[in-house]
Amino acid sequence: MGSRSLLRVATIPLLLGSLLGSSAFAQSPTYGVGRTPTAEELRRMDISIGPKGEELPPGRGTAKEGAQVYVQKACVACHGAAGVGGLAPILQSKRGADVPVWKKERILPLRAPHATIVWDFINRGMPVGLEGTLTPNEVYSLTAYLLFLNNVIPEDLVLDQQTLPKVRMPIGDEYGKPHDFKPNTPRLKGYPY
Amino acid sequence: MDSERKNSRRELLKASAALAGGITLGTSGKAQAQHDHHPATPGSENASPMIHGSKEQIEYGQRSKYVTSVRVQHPIGGRPSPDVFGKVFHVASPLQDSVGVITPSSLHYIATTRGSFLPDIDPKQHTLTIHGLVDRPLTLTMDDLRRFPSVTRLYFIECAGNRHNGRQKTVQDTHGMTSCSEWTGVMLSTLLKECGLKGSAKWFVAEGAEEVKGASSIPIAKGMDDCLVAYGQNGEPLRPQQGFPVRLIPPGWEGIYHTKFLRRIKVTNEFYMNYNEFGHLRPEDKELALGEQIGPKSVITYPSGTQRLPGPGFYEISGLAWSGGGAVKTVEVSTDGGKKWNRAEFKNTPQRMAHVRFAYQWKWDGNPAEIMSRCTDEIGQVQALREQIANWWKVPFERDYRVPGLDNSIMPWKIAGDGSVTNGLA
Repeated sequence: MGSRSLLRVATIPLLLGSLLGSSAFAQSPTYGVGRTPTAEELRRMDISIGPKGEELPPGRGTAKEGAQVYVQKACVACHGAAGVGGLAPILQSKRGADVPVWKKERILPLRAPHATIVWDFINRGMPVGLEGTLTPNEVYSLTAYLLFLNNVIPEDLVLDQQTLPKVRMPIGDEYGKPHDFKPNTPRLKGYPY
Repeated sequence: MDSERKNSRRELLKASAALAGGITLGTSGKAQAQHDHHPATPGSENASPMIHGSKEQIEYGQRSKYVTSVRVQHPIGGRPSPDVFGKVFHVASPLQDSVGVITPSSLHYIATTRGSFLPDIDPKQHTLTIHGLVDRPLTLTMDDLRRFPSVTRLYFIECAGNRHNGRQKTVQDTHGMTSCSEWTGVMLSTLLKECGLKGSAKWFVAEGAEEVKGASSIPIAKGMDDCLVAYGQNGEPLRPQQGFPVRLIPPGWEGIYHTKFLRRIKVTNEFYMNYNEFGHLRPEDKELALGEQIGPKSVITYPSGTQRLPGPGFYEISGLAWSGGGAVKTVEVSTDGGKKWNRAEFKNTPQRMAHVRFAYQWKWDGNPAEIMSRCTDEIGQVQALREQIANWWKVPFERDYRVPGLDNSIMPWKIAGDGSVTNGLA
């Protein structure tokens, strides 16, 4: 009995320690206003896809399937055949394969540092008037098609939760990264203007 | 007794309403015209005819029909608003007509996340959810949000597309993509603390509810410093064009970060590049940094392009100054093309990340002149000429030089001998 109560006593600071350790700013709510969203609500609402693709839903698609979706979902009506010649922004570079990416057009499936950004934008923002209605398979397929059009991936590559974040984009590491922001400091260290 | 008082007041109102109605109905067209031409009180010529209607006189007043200043589309990059899809992208505020520092809500500039429609959101259906690297995810209705302690602050917003060049005519064309409002809402830090930030929190994604779900990534350091979750603008709910029912205000950062129709905040441990940030993508870290916090900037709004000075004599040169780095410390005005700089006076107290109205009293001798203003902020950043900026970047200065990041270079106006004012960059 004595050893059991000792154990209990020892558990309290251990628990406290792990609670504090898990969260540097942990504290109880001050106002208690609002409600806790359910896990299902968060899953449906959370359409942000990070660079590692952790939030990507299950699904798959290839460029060939994407070429069909591109027509079926009327992407072709605004962006033109194979991403060229429409009223909406072009989606396939008109410049040669030897032209460096920064000398090519600002095309999302070409210049994006991560293929996940292409998936994210098609999923949330396309097509006009029916945004957010594409299925994960359709989004994987369209992403594959647009990456294929820009010579980023081969035509037969299956994009899914695992392969999409691993796609090597043409820009590589050749782009500016955000600096460590500090309030009340100049916008760029050493820049007088 | 209270009810008696109320009743008698109601009777009085009824009586006066009947009287007013009677006068209106009973006045013949001829009598009305005579009244217009022969006002009873000398000097009251402009008080007649009257503005009628319950909406105008009681419910929600409009400006005088003689005040006609309006926003115009700002075709940055040749893209019109609305575009072929009916999406609005950039609409500029008429700064040439502005007085003081508050932009009327109905004239506040509009920019959308790379083009969007205007959602008609029922605030009763709208919620804001905060999740990700927090101890307690939270979903708030608009009523919930109003229960938190509020703050009211003056902040400018400026679009990255607010760039001036020699082809533009008016200050609305050159600088109309900025506006300043009094915003009311809850500090984002209040909400993040309520959720309990985890130690690994570094960034957050703010997302809107419009059809393209426009999203931006912002450092958590900015979020915990001064970001505001705003539901009020200039004493009333936000206008739909400004993100009704709730938007994010990260003071002093480029307009696109001011997420409208805010529906979700996701706290993350790394930088998530959204489509908005893809638009900011640059080859160099240095240039990217200039696309976040706005530099010190000012512009003379009177006299400005296409206006005309009626003749030599006294004028109060007036303009707006602002900085994303803090409050404006000084503004100087030159009337000789930048040779001599004179300290301008402030018309209101400079506040952090807010427009301040400056003025310089000037006697124009009737000779051609070039006027310009220069702003210095409280952290020592100084507004520069385009040529100085090119020199700092060690690139040759040419007429079409593109200032890196948001263009905060000095804007000159030329005044000709006949008093006409034109773009000094032309």
